[in-house]
Amino acid sequence: MTNRYQKTFEQCKNENRIALVPFVVIGDPDIEISIKIIKQLIDSGADALELGIPFSDPIADGPIIQAATIRALHSGFKISNLEKVFNAIREYNAEIPIGLLMYANLVMHYGMEKFVQDCAKWQVDSILIPDVPAQEAGLITPLTKKHGVQSVFIAPPNATPETLEQVAALSQGYTYLLGRVGITGTHVDVETPLTDVVNKLHEHNAAPLLQGFGISKPEHITQAVITGLDGAICGSAIVNLLAQSLDAGDELTKTLFKLDDFMQSLKKATYK
Amino acid sequence: MIQETLQNYSEVRKGYFGKFGGRFIPELLVPALQQLEDAFEFVQQDLAFNTELDDLLKNYAGRPTPLTKCKNFLADTQLSVYLKREDLLHGGAHKTNQVLAQALLTKHMGKTRVIAETGAGQHGVATAIACALLGLDATIYMGSKDVARQAPNVYRMELMGAKVIPVDNGSGSLKDAINEAMRDWASSFETTHYLLGTAAGPHPFPTLVKAFQKVIGEEAKAQMLEQTGRLPDAVVACVGGGSNAIGIFADFIQDEKVRLIGVEPAGHGLHTQAHGATLLKGEHGILHGSMTYVLQDDDGQIQESHSISAGLDYPAVGPEHAWLYASGRGEYVGVTDAEALQGFKDLSRAEGIIPALEPSHALAYLHTLAKETDKPMNILLNLSGRGDKDLQHVLEEDKKLNPK
Ligand SMILES: Cc1ncc(COP(=O)(O)O)c(C=O)c1O
Repeated sequence: MTNRYQKTFEQCKNENRIALVPFVVIGDPDIEISIKIIKQLIDSGADALELGIPFSDPIADGPIIQAATIRALHSGFKISNLEKVFNAIREYNAEIPIGLLMYANLVMHYGMEKFVQDCAKWQVDSILIPDVPAQEAGLITPLTKKHGVQSVFIAPPNATPETLEQVAALSQGYTYLLGRVGITGTHVDVETPLTDVVNKLHEHNAAPLLQGFGISKPEHITQAVITGLDGAICGSAIVNLLAQSLDAGDELTKTLFKLDDFMQSLKKATYK
Repeated sequence: MIQETLQNYSEVRKGYFGKFGGRFIPELLVPALQQLEDAFEFVQQDLAFNTELDDLLKNYAGRPTPLTKCKNFLADTQLSVYLKREDLLHGGAHKTNQVLAQALLTKHMGKTRVIAETGAGQHGVATAIACALLGLDATIYMGSKDVARQAPNVYRMELMGAKVIPVDNGSGSLKDAINEAMRDWASSFETTHYLLGTAAGPHPFPTLVKAFQKVIGEEAKAQMLEQTGRLPDAVVACVGGGSNAIGIFADFIQDEKVRLIGVEPAGHGLHTQAHGATLLKGEHGILHGSMTYVLQDDDGQIQESHSISAGLDYPAVGPEHAWLYASGRGEYVGVTDAEALQGFKDLSRAEGIIPALEPSHALAYLHTLAKETDKPMNILLNLSGRGDKDLQHVLEEDKKLNPK
């Protein structure tokens, strides 16, 4: 079976850099524009995509992602739109790994098994449910195993050694390394030393480490390179850039241009 | 049948009630919840903690609360109504019981700051009380809609030194206040305890809140036996998140003959979208850390609830109620805004007791129960709070319903 994440990480290694993974919310500001934004991210050198599904009560998200969620829901986003989005992405690019981030209630309501099956059908590579921690993994992992979808778990900086071992054993495709405590956003700029967590995860042969939270400028990616990570997920900074451009009334081409510019600045920092 | 389900119930995995409950929160918060679970298990056996809590409950909060037999309310029916007077507890509602316990737990864990959500403001007030008393720093998240409809309670909290933060996101009510409190906790858990106000949320909260609210039912059981010589025929309580109801139900769950009736807010009616009847109208789901029943739309987005009473305005419910409902051990019914308003007035007029709007739902349901029964029944009703906080709001609602 082809594993898109493995191929991507190998390619990054060959090019002597770490992976750049942008995060956006599907349907922000609406489905059509959102698809164009995702295509731009691919053109701008995204190594993988992390895509959020809008949820009414995103407890792990700060104001920027909350606002994106509200824009998407107000523009009429429905879960039934997902098929169209993934078809469009896969038609555009068959190789890029696609990770989904979706809160537990949405998955449950859709039907856990049906959702995992549909992810396989849509050629989605991984599912991350931010409100299902390792100790509740039993809810999803038997299904993802059965249907050949990878399930991603989060390794926070404050986790116990036991939890890190569990996360290392569970997380497939990649391991989501939380760069800091708190919720998503660009507002805090804390330096949490990640070395201990990273060493522990390596010790337990965790899947490649992508740092999420706390990546909003090239310097943060440089730091991730120094820490020896395999990649970085940049979310709030990108979503915020899009929101500001929309607010300013920019033409879409201008928004996409700004997005490309920002992606290039991040991409440069990924080289070792 | 019930025997069998009760059996299974006690055997299930820690933190679960049947298939409900669990700990569905970001991994980041798992250590904080584990720390709380460990501390909770420790203090349950700890003499010093229990001595201090008992002293606070008795000499500060005013336990035990009385059990009052109604002299006039529904006197012309088959029902004899006994009110468990949590309205007389310091703070004006049952909330104080478990808040004092969690505030002591906060100190036990070496934390100095407390955050809490509040709907009616009663939990916020109770939290402000405990924090003032025990020297803790209190921040209360409150939906902006609730800040408006419960103004006196906002002032009470501030008077006692708590900081009240209005939450504008979403529906501006209880669920949004909980979201915001959880977001605060995600970066503050080292020094801060999240003092959740009801028997809902991730493990250990449903178990912990019940443990510190079950004193209501234990006292009431002894008082019923003393006053009537037998167990009540039914125990009735309103259900928001479920703490006052589980508090009075807990000691009766194994007494199969005692009916347990939870009253949910039917708002404008169960046939409308404007209600908070989670068990009656919700579907299985996960909200705020717990697998339970949740009001949601056909896409799984959480629906905004509605109730005349801010304390019941919540689109999920504690997992133990989900289990009691699904197993058939508990009966759950709905009472509308208008009926609750009438219950509010009826008890005031009949007994000289002004109830909070929340238990007014439970009071109003007794009319239905009285019509259904042809035999005398002893009813134990949890009068979970007093109505002072609601006077302004009731006045305005009255004007809306009966414009001159
Ligand atoms: C007086 C009173 N009763 C009941 C409730 C509902 O909460 P619970 O279902 O947790 O008892 C509240 C909540 O604020 C309240 O203030």
